[in-house]
Amino acid sequence: MIGTLVTGFGFWNPLIWIIVIAVALLFSWLIWRCGEADYDEENTETTAPYLSGNAEPEKGAVHIRAGNMYWGFTKALSAYYNRLTPLHSGIVNDYVSWFLIGVVILFVVVVLV
Amino acid sequence: MNADVLLANLPALLIAVPLFGAFMTPVFGRFLPKIRDAWVILASFAASAVALLLAAQVYAKGAVVYVFGAAPGTGAVPVDSGGIPIRILFNIDGFGAFMLVSAAIVSFAVILYLTVSQSRRSSRSEFYALYLLLVAGVFGMVSTGDMFNFFVFLEINSLAASALIAYHRNGGLAAEGALKYLIVNTVGGLMILFAIGLLYAQYNSLNMAVIASSLSLTTLNLLALVLFIAGLATKAGAVPFHFATPDAYSVAPSGVTALMIVASQAGLYGMFRILFSVYGGVFTSATVGWIVIVLGVLSMFIGVTMAIPQKDIKRLLSYHAVSQTGYMLLGVGVALAVLGDVTLTNAFGQMAMEGGLFHIINHAMYKGLLFLAVGAVIYRTGVWNLNEMGGLGHKMKWTMIFFLIGALAIAGIPPFNGFASKLMIYESTFAFNPAIAIIAMVVSILTLASFMKVFHSVFMGPELPEYAGVREVPKRMLAGMAILAVFVIAFGLVPDLVVDTLITPAADALLHQGQYILSVLGGGL
Repeated sequence: MIGTLVTGFGFWNPLIWIIVIAVALLFSWLIWRCGEADYDEENTETTAPYLSGNAEPEKGAVHIRAGNMYWGFTKALSAYYNRLTPLHSGIVNDYVSWFLIGVVILFVVVVLV
Repeated sequence: MNADVLLANLPALLIAVPLFGAFMTPVFGRFLPKIRDAWVILASFAASAVALLLAAQVYAKGAVVYVFGAAPGTGAVPVDSGGIPIRILFNIDGFGAFMLVSAAIVSFAVILYLTVSQSRRSSRSEFYALYLLLVAGVFGMVSTGDMFNFFVFLEINSLAASALIAYHRNGGLAAEGALKYLIVNTVGGLMILFAIGLLYAQYNSLNMAVIASSLSLTTLNLLALVLFIAGLATKAGAVPFHFATPDAYSVAPSGVTALMIVASQAGLYGMFRILFSVYGGVFTSATVGWIVIVLGVLSMFIGVTMAIPQKDIKRLLSYHAVSQTGYMLLGVGVALAVLGDVTLTNAFGQMAMEGGLFHIINHAMYKGLLFLAVGAVIYRTGVWNLNEMGGLGHKMKWTMIFFLIGALAIAGIPPFNGFASKLMIYESTFAFNPAIAIIAMVVSILTLASFMKVFHSVFMGPELPEYAGVREVPKRMLAGMAILAVFVIAFGLVPDLVVDTLITPAADALLHQGQYILSVLGGGL
C-alpha cells in the first residue's frame, strides 16, 4: 500500500492515520450535532466567559505573551539553567576554548577506550 | 555542444553554473539592474537543475566519478601515475546525490524568497553573488572525492556564509555574529586541514578512496579522526561545538539562515563521509559510534532546553537547529556503533542510519520553512522579540499556515515528514539502547512545547493595535515557503517512496565502504 513505511519493528502509514483522524472528526461532528442547537448564540450568557464574577477584560489585554509561558518549567530547572546559560557567554574566546576542550576530551576517549 | 556533452560534464557544471552566476551578478547589477533579480533566480534554478539531473544520473546508473582534466573514458587512475589518482575528482554516490537533492530544493526556494525580502536593502548584487558562492561551496563539499578539495569548498562555504551573516549590519550585532561564526569555523577548518595533512604525509594522496584503501588504526590516524569530527561538528553546530551557531543564525537574514541549515548539513555530510567511507573499514570497537551518539544526545537535549526560554524568535529557532542535528547524529551514530556486526546492522543499524539521513532532508525542508516564515513576520513587523508579538494570524494567514506546517513537522507530529524520520530513529535506537530512545522522545515533546509557545505568541490572540497596518508578505516570498511546505507534506505522506528512492541508496553508499573505494580505483592499488 502506498505510504507504508516498514521500520523493521512495525509499520507506519500516514494515509491510514488520516482516515482514522477523519473518522474520529466525523464522530465528533455527529456528537456535536446532537447538542443544543441554540447554545452558540452570541451575546448570551451561554458564551460569555466566567471569570469568578469579574468583568471580562478588553480583547487586547488578554493575550498571553511568550514570557508568561513555561515560567514554571525554567524555574523548576533553574539549577540546570543557572549553569548552562552562562556557558553561552557570547565571548568568542570561550567558544574557541570549548572547541579545544572538546578536541582533547574526544582524543583521550578515542585513544584510551 | 549537444545534450550528451552537457550530461557527461554535469559534475563540472555543478560548480561552474553557480560560480558563473555569482560572478555575473554584480555585472548585471551594474549594467542591467532591472533584470538582475531575474538573472539570480535563473542562475539558482540552473544550478538546482544541474544538481537534480546529476542526482537522477546517480540513481539511474550508480556512482558518478568525474576526473577533472582527464580525457573521457581514461578512468580515475592514469596509466603512468603509479596507481594513484593524481587529478582532482568528484565522486557522487547515493549519499552525495541525496545531499544534492536537499541543497538544490532549498537553495531555489530560498532565492525566490530572498529576491523580495531583500528588495528594500542596498548592495543586493554582491549579496546574491555571495549566496550563489555559498551554494557552490555546498555542492562542492558533497561531491568531491578529494580531501583538500573538500577543505577548499568548506572554506568557500564558511566565508560566504560569514559575509552573508554580516551583510546587513543590524547595529553591529550581525557583524559580531558573523565574526564569531568565522573565527570558530576557521579554527575548525584549520583542524580539518591539519588532519588532512596528517593523512597526506602518510599515504601520499589526498584522494579519499586511496586513503581509505590503505588506512590503519594508528594513534596518528585517530588524532586526525578526532580533528575531523571536531571541525565538522563545529560546522554542523553539534554540542559542545555549537556555541557560535545560535549567535550567527539569529542575526543573519532569515533566507540566509534557511540556506545555512543546508550549509551546516554539508558539515554533517563530511563527518559521515570520513567516518564511514574513509575510516569505516578500520573500526574495531563501538567507541567512535558512541562518541557520535553522545554528541547527538547532548545536541538534542541542550539544544531544546536552551530554546525553550528564548525570547528572540530567531535565536529560539537556532537552538532548535542544534537540537535537530542531534537526531541525525544519534541515528547515524547507532549505525556506526554496530558497523562491524552484520546481524545488528541488519536488525536495526541500517534503519537507524536511514532514519538519521531521512532527518537531514526533512530538517532542511521544515527548518528552512520555519526560518522563512519567521523572516516573513520580521519583514512585516520589524520585531524579533516574542514578548512583543501577537495576533498576527489575523493578517498573515498564509505565513501562519506555513509556520504551523513547519512547527508540526519539527515536533514530529504525524502525518508530516518529521514524524516518519523520528519514528525510524526511535524504533532503531530503542533496540540499541532504550534509555537513549526515551531521551529522544522527551526532546520531541519539549520541541512541541516550545513551538506551541511560539505559535501562540506570534499568531494567536486578538489583533494588537501596533500591528494594525501589517499585511501578508508578497507572493514570491509565499512561493518560496510553499515549495518547502509541499515537500514537508509530501515527504510525510509517502515516506516509503522517499526512503526507497533517496534514503536507502544514501545509507547503502555509506555502509559499503568497498563500493566507494572500488568506484574510484576499480581494481587498482
